[in-house]
Amino acid sequence: MTYFTRRTLVKGGTAAAAAGALTGPALLDWARAWAQSSQWKPEKGAQLSILRWKYFVQSEDDAFVALMDSFTKATGVKITIARESYEDVQPKASVAANTGAGPDLFWGLYSLPHLFPQKCLDVTDVADYLGKKYGGWVPTAVTYGKGTGNKWIAIPVCYAGNLLNYRVEASKKAGFSKFPTTTDEFLAYAKAMKAQGTPGGMALGHASGDGNAWVYWCLWAFGGNVVDKNDKVIINSPETEKALNFAKALYENYVPGTASWNDSFNNKAFLGGEIHWTNNGISIYVAAQNDATKKQIAEDMDHALWPVGPVGKPTEFHLMFPLMAMTYTKYPQACKALMAYMLEADQFNKWLTASKGYLTHCLNAYDANPVWTADRKTTPFRDVAKRTLTAGGLGSVGEKAASAIADFVVLDMFAAYCTGREDAKGAIKIADRQLRRIYR
Amino acid sequence: MADIALKSSGKAALREATAWDRLKTNRNWLSIWFMLPAAAFLILFLAYPLGLGVWLSFTDAKIGRSGIFVGVENYEWLSDDSIFWLSVFNTLLYTIVASTIKFAVGLYLALLLNENLPFKAILRAVVLIPFIVPTVLSAIAFWWIYDSQFSIVSWTLRNLGLISSNIDFLGDPWNARWSVIFANIWRGVPFVAITLLAGLQTVSPSLYEAATIDGATAWQRFRYITYPLLTPIIAVVMTFSVLFTFTDFQLIWVLTRGGPVNATQLMATLSYQRAIIAGQLGEGAAISTAMIPFLLGAILISWFGLQRRKWQQGESND
Repeated sequence: MTYFTRRTLVKGGTAAAAAGALTGPALLDWARAWAQSSQWKPEKGAQLSILRWKYFVQSEDDAFVALMDSFTKATGVKITIARESYEDVQPKASVAANTGAGPDLFWGLYSLPHLFPQKCLDVTDVADYLGKKYGGWVPTAVTYGKGTGNKWIAIPVCYAGNLLNYRVEASKKAGFSKFPTTTDEFLAYAKAMKAQGTPGGMALGHASGDGNAWVYWCLWAFGGNVVDKNDKVIINSPETEKALNFAKALYENYVPGTASWNDSFNNKAFLGGEIHWTNNGISIYVAAQNDATKKQIAEDMDHALWPVGPVGKPTEFHLMFPLMAMTYTKYPQACKALMAYMLEADQFNKWLTASKGYLTHCLNAYDANPVWTADRKTTPFRDVAKRTLTAGGLGSVGEKAASAIADFVVLDMFAAYCTGREDAKGAIKIADRQLRRIYR
Repeated sequence: MADIALKSSGKAALREATAWDRLKTNRNWLSIWFMLPAAAFLILFLAYPLGLGVWLSFTDAKIGRSGIFVGVENYEWLSDDSIFWLSVFNTLLYTIVASTIKFAVGLYLALLLNENLPFKAILRAVVLIPFIVPTVLSAIAFWWIYDSQFSIVSWTLRNLGLISSNIDFLGDPWNARWSVIFANIWRGVPFVAITLLAGLQTVSPSLYEAATIDGATAWQRFRYITYPLLTPIIAVVMTFSVLFTFTDFQLIWVLTRGGPVNATQLMATLSYQRAIIAGQLGEGAAISTAMIPFLLGAILISWFGLQRRKWQQGESND
């Protein structure tokens, strides 16, 4: 796990990196010293259990376990880790919040803590401490951490970036030496790629990650919105119709079958050489690197930020992973200590590196982590926290936004129009009706 | 001595019998006591969850938060919800087509296996295989078979030169419907076949012998001996088969998650998606509750339509 040394990090030159990455006994000393000086002293005999989403990059989970382990060594607090596929974290956390029993900490998705804000431990002190020490939080992280309230109810640990993955050689052949940066160019790109027999595609099935990422990007890129800032439903607009038309034009240049894709189909198809561009986290690239037979794909692929639409600014939608502690925990100080410990440079830098770009930090200082520059192909993922919008778009990040995403309202609207099942007006009407119900 | 003993025991026996004493020893009540554990079990694990589900459908409960009573608001909403009606249509299509074919193929297989074939035992075991494989595993196998890019079927046909591009099994609404129905049939046939086979074995060979001597054709033997004697089993098998198909969840969830554009969304999957994934417990419960009339209908048809009353009442089946 020692991808970089103390020296390279010092060269990086930021306060964040200065503490460096220690290993072995030195790390333990550091961790003990940290525990001594920390303002959060775990309760005597404290034990914690944490439920997290199931990893996609094995080395990320290894680093996570090592991190938990070092916390135990430093503080004596034992930690039990449980993993659930990421759609199942929310129901479990909700039931735990309702019954007042279950894991002390949940590491889930998007707006999870906002489903039951009064059941989450106030962690304002931890967030302030980390923000001050590490160059401040990115604005979207503040939204996810505080919602519309004044208290931080969760620590926005990181994002998982969802960007465009493309094959360099084929794109060049189609006349694109770099990936398009506007939606018009993007459509031309999709057409050119299809014309030369190297098409791409993005999921239109019920793919919670990849599917939602691209349809929300598309909706927002053309100025469409699910709700306004007062959570009033405004999906029924000419902008939404423009977004739908663009998506349909794009869809016509996809490989066949994208309407059936869930989150893993595009990974398989890209690695199998069937598609030459798609949207995904960094997991395709990591998988290609780890598989000796796919080395050539790893070398020939790259990542790009989402093209900007008529609204003229980035409208990306990345996965947020907030960490929350529950009010029913018997060891609130231990929870806070763990949260702070996880995001300290000595721990977080190693973890970020091990995740190979799958996770992106929300604290500005970690821009200097070498993982973003060691391999140029991971660099685009560095900035996703600064480019993303939040789950509710213009509106709040609470329960309603979560429901709308989970029920695939927007995704189904796009799929219904692209596949020709509904005309634009019909597709918007169905979505509008469902959204009004959710946002009543 | 004897006198005294008699007197004292007589006194004790004269104690007024309480209501509890009567209940304890009354033979009519005895059966109640014996049924109590089973009843408690059924109430706790079947009636209570069912009742709770129905109650939830009249509230606006969300996951992690109990709701308030909203009357039939959830149902009103669903009555005007095109996705809900699509799921009803899909469920009925799925159940009717899959159950009919499962019955036809199952009966055919059962009749075939009832003949004197070589390797009879092995053949019967082989037929059971689809039923033994866990649903999720077989669903994942079908997932690969139906993959839009890597399908073995598309690959074979393409290499044989019969088609020029991959078949879009799960991406086109009707293809997707037939694909999941096929997977369900594949899985369900063994259950029907083996149960009907068990029924066939109980038919006395002497009946066939007598019929053969009377000069009955193969069709007549089936129509007038096999079929009437098999009806009770058919009723049971088809009831179960219809119930299993109607409430199928795993296969759809793994293969399509209800997609494309809800073309394979069944009531069970829609209920799960709305209730658990999107957190709208009340609405999800209403969708589940809406399944009950259909299921009751299916049960009533098979019990009162297919079965002969005498057999039901335990009398001899003439």
